[in-house]
Amino acid sequence: MMTDILIAVIRVLIVFGIINLMAGLLLWSERRISGLMQDRWGPNRVGPMGLMQPLADTIKLIFKEDITPRNVDKLLYYIAPAMTLVPAILAFSIVPFGDPIEIDGRRVLMQVAGLGDSNLELGILFFIAVASLEIYGIIFGAWASNNKYSLLGGIRSAAQMLSYELFLGASIIGVIMLTGSLRLVDIVQQQNDHLLFGFLPAWNIFRQPLGFLVFCVAAFAETNRMPFDLPESEQELVGGYHTEYSSMKFVMFFIAEYAAVFTLSALIATIFLGGYGWPGLTSDLVGPTWLPIIQALTFMFKTLLVCFVFIAVRWTVSRFRYDQVMRLGWKVMLPIAFLNILLTGALMPLFR
Amino acid sequence: MSHLPSPQFKVPPPDYVRSKLPRPTYDTPKRGPQKSVRLGRVDQWWQKLMLPGLIKTVWTGITHIWQKKFTVQWPEEVREVSPNYRFVHRLNKDEKGRPKCVACFLCQTACPANCIRIEGAKAPWPDREKYPVRFDLNELRCIYCGMCEEACPEDAIELTRIYSFVGTTRDEMIYNKEQLLEIFDLTRDEKHPQRW
Repeated sequence: MMTDILIAVIRVLIVFGIINLMAGLLLWSERRISGLMQDRWGPNRVGPMGLMQPLADTIKLIFKEDITPRNVDKLLYYIAPAMTLVPAILAFSIVPFGDPIEIDGRRVLMQVAGLGDSNLELGILFFIAVASLEIYGIIFGAWASNNKYSLLGGIRSAAQMLSYELFLGASIIGVIMLTGSLRLVDIVQQQNDHLLFGFLPAWNIFRQPLGFLVFCVAAFAETNRMPFDLPESEQELVGGYHTEYSSMKFVMFFIAEYAAVFTLSALIATIFLGGYGWPGLTSDLVGPTWLPIIQALTFMFKTLLVCFVFIAVRWTVSRFRYDQVMRLGWKVMLPIAFLNILLTGALMPLFR
Repeated sequence: MSHLPSPQFKVPPPDYVRSKLPRPTYDTPKRGPQKSVRLGRVDQWWQKLMLPGLIKTVWTGITHIWQKKFTVQWPEEVREVSPNYRFVHRLNKDEKGRPKCVACFLCQTACPANCIRIEGAKAPWPDREKYPVRFDLNELRCIYCGMCEEACPEDAIELTRIYSFVGTTRDEMIYNKEQLLEIFDLTRDEKHPQRW
């Protein structure tokens, strides 16, 4: 039992470290890629290729004054940054980054959630539950700030996230129907165990194109990024819910955004892009030692690819108006998500 | 200001309005026949979907990643400024290494920003009456209009193209005669362009 707990703690520490590292890396790559896309070179002075830029930014922000404005709701004001950061990282705990491996006859899951041999049966449901918690951080921050612009951003965010969560869940149902399991390990293994029509990997992006589309749109809305960044639209609302935050509290909001991007990219890669596997990549092919390493690298590669798409979309697509967001959500995406469920049910024998 | 029209002055209407002549037509560039395409129902739906447009947009952005960048990465890359760029001043020397300036105060008089302060004295050389003992120029106050070099009868003060000069205090940015002569040594080879 103690060993199980120890292994769990080690997994948590590793994943937590990687997420924070990735948040920094994404911060850098966002600025670099946006620069390149605007025909300039982004930050390239601090360290090799400017890779130390997030570190420099963080040091700068730590040494800034941590201002608590007058008349804020102290309790909510202080817990709001944590409330946004925690769900973003927590949602990652169900994402597997490798097949379960054997160490000393003990089966170790390559994911955070799950103790010992028992996998978390909730799987995707856990993700949906945690993702909806993310609203609280933003609303708390917006309400506690005692600022009308923040509050406007918070209201928008609440409406947006509530409506988009609906089809975030509905879009995965097709995948769950195909797989017959909520566990992400099963979803990944099923995607890689056979080929479609003899040449396509049986990834869910090919089996569930509509679901993929809807899930991606919902993911953009969930992370409050560009086409849907109404909560913090700089031009209208100064900074939205984090207008009144400074120093490390602001950093936490920032890290939360990138952690959410990384987590959702990981989920898109896992659910729709075959996760950590390639078709034909088995223990027989590369040996039991190399398999976890290759799988982890594959997972990283696919996740970062999706992250790149996130960044590219943010810096090209313009923001939707509020009514457009609502119309897109309720009148377009929700019917598509339901249609996808019906189609999947009708065509399931074909893809099984 | 008398040559300017008074505020009540109105632009007279063009002749064709008064004479009730037909409005003049202008040559417009010849275009092909404008085709108005009425989209079919499927195409309308496809456009409303916005997805192809969005993908095209994002792809356009991505292609810019490997396109030419316009940033000049100073100090590794130094931007080539135009030949008549006006920046930090220099005091020219003649062939014998003496300042050309004869302390005539014309530049100080012409300066609209009052940034030049000259102290003249009797010249130790026989070919001129005066020379500047002190020649202080406040580079922060200067507006780089180039009036001083226009006013100078001896072509003694000129503006160079060196734009990267800094100081840590305001006093440091008041250049004296020696510093201005040093700048001449720096830019001695640079041919001064005919500006005006």
